[in-house]
Amino acid sequence: MTTASLRSISALPGGFDPRRLRRDFPIFANNPDLVFLDSAASAQKPRSVIDGTAEYYRTDYANVHRGVYRLSARSTELYEEARDKVRRFLNAADRREIVFVRNTTEGINLVAQSWGPAFLREGDEVLISELEHHSNIVPWQLLRDRIGIRLVVAPMDVTGGLDLAAFEALLSARTRLVAMTHMANATGALVPVERVIKLAHRHGAKVLIDGSQAAPRLPVDMRALGCDFYVFTGHKVYGPTGIGVLYARFDVLSAMPPYQGGGEMILHVSFDKTEYQEPPHRFEAGTPDIAGAIGLGLALDFIEELGRDNILEHEEALTGYGVDRLSRIPDLRLLGAGQRRLGILSFVLDGVHPHDVSQVLDQHHVAVRAGHHCAQPLMEKLGLAGTTRASLGVYNDEDDIDRLAEAIQGAREMFSR
Amino acid sequence: MMDLRELYQDIILDHGRHPRNFRAIEQPTHFAQGHNPLCGDRVTVYLTLDGDRIADVSFQGRGCAISTAAASLMTEVLKGKTVADARSLFAQFHARVTGGEPADLPEPLAEEAERLEPLTGVKAFPARVKCATLSWHALEAALKGGGAGATVKTE
Repeated sequence: MTTASLRSISALPGGFDPRRLRRDFPIFANNPDLVFLDSAASAQKPRSVIDGTAEYYRTDYANVHRGVYRLSARSTELYEEARDKVRRFLNAADRREIVFVRNTTEGINLVAQSWGPAFLREGDEVLISELEHHSNIVPWQLLRDRIGIRLVVAPMDVTGGLDLAAFEALLSARTRLVAMTHMANATGALVPVERVIKLAHRHGAKVLIDGSQAAPRLPVDMRALGCDFYVFTGHKVYGPTGIGVLYARFDVLSAMPPYQGGGEMILHVSFDKTEYQEPPHRFEAGTPDIAGAIGLGLALDFIEELGRDNILEHEEALTGYGVDRLSRIPDLRLLGAGQRRLGILSFVLDGVHPHDVSQVLDQHHVAVRAGHHCAQPLMEKLGLAGTTRASLGVYNDEDDIDRLAEAIQGAREMFSR
Repeated sequence: MMDLRELYQDIILDHGRHPRNFRAIEQPTHFAQGHNPLCGDRVTVYLTLDGDRIADVSFQGRGCAISTAAASLMTEVLKGKTVADARSLFAQFHARVTGGEPADLPEPLAEEAERLEPLTGVKAFPARVKCATLSWHALEAALKGGGAGATVKTE
C-alpha cells in the first residue's frame, strides 16, 4: 500500500448518511456513546487521514526538496501534491499562492509581520470586526504597537452579524487592510464576504479573510471571491493539527519579504548577502510539517468525495433542525437569532453558568465547548461571561441534536431547584 | 464515571443559587479580585478586619455554581475567625481538593473545615478545582494586599 492509494471512504455513494459516515471516524468506535458537538474547536479525523499519515511515514518518508535519492523525490512529490489539492480546494489560480503554515493563527501572523511593516505606515488603518476570534485581533495589536497603525473595529448588528452599513461607513482612503472572519466562531453568523471584499477593494484596501469556520462548511472559491489573503487551518477540515494554509494572490505574495529565515526559503546564502526563494517556499523556512500537509491533502480528498455542496446542505439542514429544537427549550437563548448561521448553536441557559451546563452535558456524553470561545470582546459586547456552544460536523445527525436537547433539559432540571 | 451529584450536592446547588454574604462591603480594610482567565469568572472578596479577627467578609462576582457556592461557604466559615485560622483553613481545603496531604486542624476549626466537605467532589473533575479555590486565592491576595485591591489570576 502507498500513501496515495489510501483515499476511499465507505459512506458514498447512496446519499449523505452521517450515521454510516461515522464508521469512517475511528473515534466513534472507540467512544460508542460519544455525541461530538465540538467540531468548531477541532474536527475528528477520518480513517483515511489517520492511516494515510501513518502509511506515509511507513513507506514514503524522507525530507523534502533536498535529496537526490528516490525516496526524497517521492516525498517531495507527495508534499507538493498536497499543495495542488489545496489549490483545487480553494480554486486558486496558481499553486504558488498556497503557503503551508501551522494554523490560521500563524497565517494571520505571517501577513501581519511580513506584509504589515512592508506596506503599512503610521496612521494607516486595519479594519477588523467585533466578530473576530482573538487570532484576528492580537496580531494587528502587535503590529499597531510596533509601527503605529490604527486598528478600527466594525460593529456587529443586533442579530450578531456584521453591521454592513457601519462597516462601509468606516472605510476610507486610510483603510489599507480589511481583516475579517468568513463566519463568526462564537455565534455561527455568516459574513457576506463577497460584499465586504468589493467594498474594501473600491477603497483600495487589501482584504484578508479568516476562513477557519467557513472552509469546512461551504465551498470557498478564491477566483470568485477575489480576496487578497485567505487563511484556514487543517484540523478543522478533518485534517491533522499543526498544518494550516495561507492563500495569497501571487502578485501580493511576490512583493512580501520573508517571514522567518532559515533553510528551504533561500536560493543562495553567503555571510554578506542571501537571496530568497520565490513564493511559496520563501515563506516556508525550515523542514515543514510534511506529514501534516499530506494528511491535510487526504482530508481535502475526503471533503471533495463527500461533495462540498452536500456538506453545506447537510449543515444547513441540521443547523435548522438544531435552531428549531433548541428554541423550544424554556429559559434558553440562542445567540444570533435572525442571522444567517451555519453549523454553530451558541446559547445561554438563564441562571446556569456555561461551565455547569457543559459539565452536565459531559455526563450525558455530549461534548461541547463552554466559555468565551476566544472572542472576549464579542462576549463583553453581548454582556455575557460566555456561552455554551454546540457545533456540527459531517458525522452529526438529528439524534445528536435530540441528545443535546435532552441533556440541556437535564441541566435545567438540576439547576432550577 | 463519577456521579454528577457528587459534584453538585444539594448544598452546592443551594449556595450556587442563593449565595450568602453576596454583597460589597462599603469600606473594607482588605479586598482583592480573583480572575479565572480560562472561563472568565471573576470574584471580589471584601474583608473587615478587627485587629487579627475577621469581623465581616463578603463577595461579589459572576461564576459557575461551584465557584459561587465555594465563595459563599467560604464567607460563612470565615466570619469571626482569625487571619491565622483563615490561612489554616485554606491550606487544608486546598490539600483536600487537589488530592494533597491535608494537615490536622484543632477541633473547633476541624468542624468548620467539615462544612467545606461538599466542595471536595471537584477532586474527580480536575478542570473544576480552580472554580472551588478561586475565592480562596482572592482572600489570600486580599490579606496580603490590604486596601490596595490586588487582582489574582488562577492561571
